[in-house]
Amino acid sequence: MKTEIDRYEIRLAGAGGQGLILAGIILAEAVAIYDGRNAIQTQSYGPEARGGASRAEVIISDGPIHYPKVMHADVLLALSQEACDKYFFDLKPDGILIVDSGHVERLPSSQALRLPIMQMAVEATGRPLTANMVALGFISGLTQIVSRPSLEKAVTARVPKGTAEANLKALAAGWDAAEGAPKQR
Amino acid sequence: MTTPKMMQGNEACAAGAIAAGCRFFGGYPITPSTDIAEYMARELPKHGGVFIQMEDEIAGLAAVIGASVGGVKAMTATSGPGFSLMQENIGYAAMAEIPCVIVDVMRLGPSTGRPTSPSQGDVMQARWGTHGDHPIIAVAPSSVDECFGLTVRAFNLSERYRTPVILLIDEVVGHLREKVTLPPPDQIRVLERLRPTEPPEWYKPYGSAPGDVPALAPFGSGYRYHITGLHHDEAGFPTERVDEVRPWTRRVFRKIKGNVQHIVRYEAEGVEGARTIVVAYGAVARSAREAIKIARAKRRKVGLLRLQTLWPFPTRVVSEVCRNAQRVIVPEMNLGQMAIEVERIVGDRIVRRVNRIDGELITPQEILEAMETK
Amino acid sequence: MGNEKHSAYDYLRHSKKFPSVWCSGCGIGVVMGAIIRAVDSMALDPNDVVVISGIGCTSRMPVYLDFNTMHTTHGRALAFATGLKLARPDLQIIAVMGDGDALAIGGNHFIHAARRNIGITSIVVNNSIYGMTGGQVSPTTPMNMRASTAPYGNIDPPFRIAELSIAAGAAFVARSTVYHSQELEKYVRMGMETPGFSVIEAVSYCHTTFGRLNKLGGAVEMMRQIKDASITKQAADKLSAEERAGRIVRGIFHHDSSRKEYTELYRAIQENAGGAELADGRIQKMEMTF
Repeated sequence: MKTEIDRYEIRLAGAGGQGLILAGIILAEAVAIYDGRNAIQTQSYGPEARGGASRAEVIISDGPIHYPKVMHADVLLALSQEACDKYFFDLKPDGILIVDSGHVERLPSSQALRLPIMQMAVEATGRPLTANMVALGFISGLTQIVSRPSLEKAVTARVPKGTAEANLKALAAGWDAAEGAPKQR
Repeated sequence: MTTPKMMQGNEACAAGAIAAGCRFFGGYPITPSTDIAEYMARELPKHGGVFIQMEDEIAGLAAVIGASVGGVKAMTATSGPGFSLMQENIGYAAMAEIPCVIVDVMRLGPSTGRPTSPSQGDVMQARWGTHGDHPIIAVAPSSVDECFGLTVRAFNLSERYRTPVILLIDEVVGHLREKVTLPPPDQIRVLERLRPTEPPEWYKPYGSAPGDVPALAPFGSGYRYHITGLHHDEAGFPTERVDEVRPWTRRVFRKIKGNVQHIVRYEAEGVEGARTIVVAYGAVARSAREAIKIARAKRRKVGLLRLQTLWPFPTRVVSEVCRNAQRVIVPEMNLGQMAIEVERIVGDRIVRRVNRIDGELITPQEILEAMETK
Repeated sequence: MGNEKHSAYDYLRHSKKFPSVWCSGCGIGVVMGAIIRAVDSMALDPNDVVVISGIGCTSRMPVYLDFNTMHTTHGRALAFATGLKLARPDLQIIAVMGDGDALAIGGNHFIHAARRNIGITSIVVNNSIYGMTGGQVSPTTPMNMRASTAPYGNIDPPFRIAELSIAAGAAFVARSTVYHSQELEKYVRMGMETPGFSVIEAVSYCHTTFGRLNKLGGAVEMMRQIKDASITKQAADKLSAEERAGRIVRGIFHHDSSRKEYTELYRAIQENAGGAELADGRIQKMEMTF
């Protein structure tokens, strides 16, 4: 994807422990370090080590990024009903809403992309914890906001030692699912 | 040049400390500053430094001051509640003129507040948290790159002026990840404290000195002297004599006030001919920049004064930059702690505060609204 | 006597600090003398000796001593000392504290310093009261005794300093009194020679506040009371608990030099991390500059 980006906003929202912050870091690092554009990542989380609301935000641009948080999201990933209800209203009118069909039942929009993210993770790797990589692969494949080799490099660099293979598998499952979906952005 | 990497604000702060020569960290874990302690625990021993997790924040800063007296550059990192506990020893470091750096990654208060949510609520605590009067230096970074650079600078200022220096990072900046290219070590300017060269019997750790900063001998270097939190004479011995206390007070204020132009750092953008100036710091300055970008696209005459140094307050800079402005906007994640200072200086103009204390960063939209309202 | 110089003379600061802040007849000076003699007997270079204190009568001691001296904030002497010891393991650090300083406001630092077994010699001058500020109750004020903030008698049981120190992990724990100045000197020296954390309780008195509020007489009477109440550990061991009540038991309660000292343990961490030589180089640079 070569066109100049002024500001592209991605919000990953769900519960603590779902690995959304790590997914955000990986995406930002893939874009900024391996693709050479500009990216910034922020997070918001509760005091719990596991559970509670959690969100990661990634802003991508070819220029400087000042305000580090999402203003009007281009992409919203919601891995919980709560996150979907709370953040849907910040989504751009033509923004993309992606939900885990296993966790989000009430949809605020008929345009939402429903995907059994957790189930896909279990099928791909046997580990529900890799759902974050499935989601990351899907978003990236869909929006082409990051190149696939860069994303894979970033995953390998950031995930815990010994888990790269499983995480890459989950990432591929997500990316491949996006290939079938209509192109967005 | 080193290669660019994705770094978090807190991580860059810790890396900056090590680059500045910090070799001691004493502290107590507290969200959202703990990343700094964890980084130091891992990295300091590799550099021949020491990390210790103390029993509380009071002990954390006490150990830092103790290490600094031993001649080692030292730092602690905390957040609001711990910063409150440290106040007595910040006063001690100011009184005894022991260099040290205190990082406060500001979270929402009061009390336990919201440990993971951002705030800029400690601006006045940094200035007036201790009892009694003494000058202080406090700096506030807006980016990950600045977390590195301003930490190096905090150490340099601390060693140069023999004073505690406070780094006020808000949680947004502390946890922000962005691309940085750190300078190679040989391109980082690192200052060392002045050590005495005169024979020990002539040494006056609190004597008059050029620039008002006397040399500081590390303990165990052959200069045996006394350090106390009591008012003291030039040799460091307690005194209640007015003719000995007064010169100390004057010198300690003069060493900061007399060097304000060297201490103060800021960034002014589009302020020439601007009718509205936004004065901001920390993460909120980023919101302000975004707002200004949008406003200028609509041909509004707006400028930004971003303060990196909060204390000593850059009175002259604010006064000069805002000279021709009709309106000054002060957005902060508190109820107007710095606005009080700005109002003091440009009170004859409209000063509009934009405040949030709900744990969310002020948005560009909110600042734009303040620009538009009559 | 004549012009003969007192053996402590060379260790004192004569610039302008005498007479001392202490009341005449105070026991703190005896403890200071014991420290001076202990340092002298070990032939230490005064440039390598540090005396750190907190707040209170005892904490005014460092100013009189010609070492590297530091008078810090209330209760925090050991926290400051911990930072200094880690930065400079080469220095011999003595922390002098009162009972309120060490065990009330500084109680947390006290037990944690003991737990770490860091190489600091801590001397607790126990006069059972806050003397400087006019006789408030302290964590070692005996039950039923009076203090300005316990006007009807104290109902808080006193801390047992020795037992507390041992339980917390100190390597050397001893108690003597200001009447037994030579024994005190010996214990201070033994504490300084122990690599880890040592606690020497020096039982003293405060005739100005405690003595007055409890009608115990002046300095001489109180010194005599300490002498009469004291008993060696060996003798105390033969007594029943009832017989021991109210006695001041003197002796060494714990002495274990086998446990690794804290800065040694940290040095091993530096070695594993590859930074030990850098640490050594840094310390070398701190030595004399003139």
